[in-house]
Amino acid sequence: MDIFVQQILNGLVLGSIYALIALGYTMVYGIMGLINFAHGEVVMVGAMVTISVISALMGAGINLPGPLLVLIGLLIAIPSCMLLGFCIERVAYRPLRNAPRLAPLITAIGLSIVLQQVAILIWGRNYIPFPPILSHDTINILGATITKLQVVIIFLCLAIMAGLLVMVERTKLGRAMRATSQNPAVAGLMGVSVNKVISATFVIGSGLGAIAGVMVETNYDQAHYYMGFLIGLKAFTAAVLGGIGNLGGAVAGGILLGLIESLGAGYIGTLTGGFLGSNYQDIFAFMVLIIVLIFRPSGLLGEKVADRA
Amino acid sequence: MAMANNKKVGVILASAVVLAVMPFLVGGALGNSWVRILDFSLLYVMLALGLNMVVGFAGLLDLGFIAFYAVGAYTYGLLCSPHFGLHLPFYIAIPIGAALAAFFGILLGTPVLRLKGDYLAIVTLGFGEIIRIFINNLNAPVNITNGPQGINLIDPIEVGGFSLGKTFELFGLSFSNVYLYYYMFLALTVGVVIMAWRLQHSRIGRAWVALREDDIAAAAMGINIRNIKLLAFALGALSGGVAGGLFSAFQGFISPESFSLIESIMILAMIVLGGMGNIPGVILGAVMLTVAPEILRATIGPLQMAVFGKTLIDPENARMLLFGLAMVVMMLVRPEGAWPSKRRRMEFQDAKKGVTHG
Repeated sequence: MDIFVQQILNGLVLGSIYALIALGYTMVYGIMGLINFAHGEVVMVGAMVTISVISALMGAGINLPGPLLVLIGLLIAIPSCMLLGFCIERVAYRPLRNAPRLAPLITAIGLSIVLQQVAILIWGRNYIPFPPILSHDTINILGATITKLQVVIIFLCLAIMAGLLVMVERTKLGRAMRATSQNPAVAGLMGVSVNKVISATFVIGSGLGAIAGVMVETNYDQAHYYMGFLIGLKAFTAAVLGGIGNLGGAVAGGILLGLIESLGAGYIGTLTGGFLGSNYQDIFAFMVLIIVLIFRPSGLLGEKVADRA
Repeated sequence: MAMANNKKVGVILASAVVLAVMPFLVGGALGNSWVRILDFSLLYVMLALGLNMVVGFAGLLDLGFIAFYAVGAYTYGLLCSPHFGLHLPFYIAIPIGAALAAFFGILLGTPVLRLKGDYLAIVTLGFGEIIRIFINNLNAPVNITNGPQGINLIDPIEVGGFSLGKTFELFGLSFSNVYLYYYMFLALTVGVVIMAWRLQHSRIGRAWVALREDDIAAAAMGINIRNIKLLAFALGALSGGVAGGLFSAFQGFISPESFSLIESIMILAMIVLGGMGNIPGVILGAVMLTVAPEILRATIGPLQMAVFGKTLIDPENARMLLFGLAMVVMMLVRPEGAWPSKRRRMEFQDAKKGVTHG
């Protein structure tokens, strides 16, 4: 029972981070119908920038409480990632908007290789430890433990997601986004500046990515130039699981995927009689992805999609 | 007509002579390590032609192609090494690997029949990763793949008691094993080229083009979409499996690291940059992307030393950076690749004008 609760808690933490990144994928997909392969790299850049800022502040002898340092790091990382997202769209996607679907996918892959290599140039190939500035106090829930930091991560994710949903449903920009996703040409005729909406989507998604990057590195206490790849892929899986293009779906899919992964990793040993161990954790995401796409390509909450791709 | 045929024969003969003396020219001028690079470029030509059947001909974007290479390589590695104490001859082990790879091709192809474009790309990517994760972890509780350590001491290819893995002597000169492998790889590459060529101009090849341009219209014309897709996956995987077996024998050592996602992307890039769907273009792309990084590796270090007096960017880093940039720039400037087929170029131009294909 303890293990079960523990895995549920771990899954929730993991899942809320996936959900935050999945929102970035799903927003872009909803509006432009393409997978922003470089989104994982935006997450990585957000994490790296934050670490650099914190290290620089600490190196300059500025002694501030840990959470405040992280907040300053975030305040610099978010605009950096937003700028990066804006540039990615400008360079890799906008010129190819009418090209065959393969073309933007390949520029995205190329761009994510470039971003990784630039990250190596700036931050090196090694794992960068997150400075030990945050407390790792734990709370006990039903015999399982969770750090306060993880509680903060979960609630922060939920708050951001709620905020995003309100923005999309209630604001003018949100309405423009929904219109563009339904039909860009007609949205244009109605006076929506489609290019601006698309830029805004990338900028917002990248900002969320930066926050997610910081959550990942505080949760695992390290960052790495390659960290964006796997987490990006899993978040994409989450977006597909929930129904790509659907914001609520991305949240549900992310949390579900986090739970599946941590429960799967926790119990796979028992289920297979010790044949497979928790080192297979990473295959769950891919298995889920394949199964969903076979049996319900539109995802849990999605409408029609798969044919558009 | 006779003139044209004569010219064709002339071109073929000339290229045969060039290909035959190539390793000696390269080896004489630059040393054996460059002949080794030639060998690798032939392996990549085989891989790229295999993937080209799936992506270039049939238009199915596959990002997990390296999995089939891995299946071929591991089959050979397990059947021809001290790991299980099996030492099957290559003419049994390589076909088994190729058949197994084709089987995996169908295994991947069946569930994804309904998927297209980006979705297909992501699922195949996931498939490739699943295979790699299994290879990486199948060393406990039963040691099958020896995990991250990989498999060592794999038998070289032996023809009639004569091992290709040893240095041989001819007319008092000794030649390293890379020369013998070169001819073996060349023979098989020519085989794969002929297979791809014949397929392209067959009923199957035309069906693939139809599928690529508009699958609904193709189905309406009476093409069995399911079979033709599976055939593309299987035949592509087959070539990948053969190349994998050869790689295993040539290298003598394999580990999961050789089969990471970046390799799949590299092979895709060869096709895209060379000219998707066009066999000469794909060959060009494969050779370019195998040789150019090596030239970079050889020059970029000394160049930086000469200009800046120290190494600012390590060669591997610079190589990948340029590679990523090349992918982006190529797509923006010339999305149809360096040497595309006429038909494919038309498709891209149509797309620019807003005519959609699938």
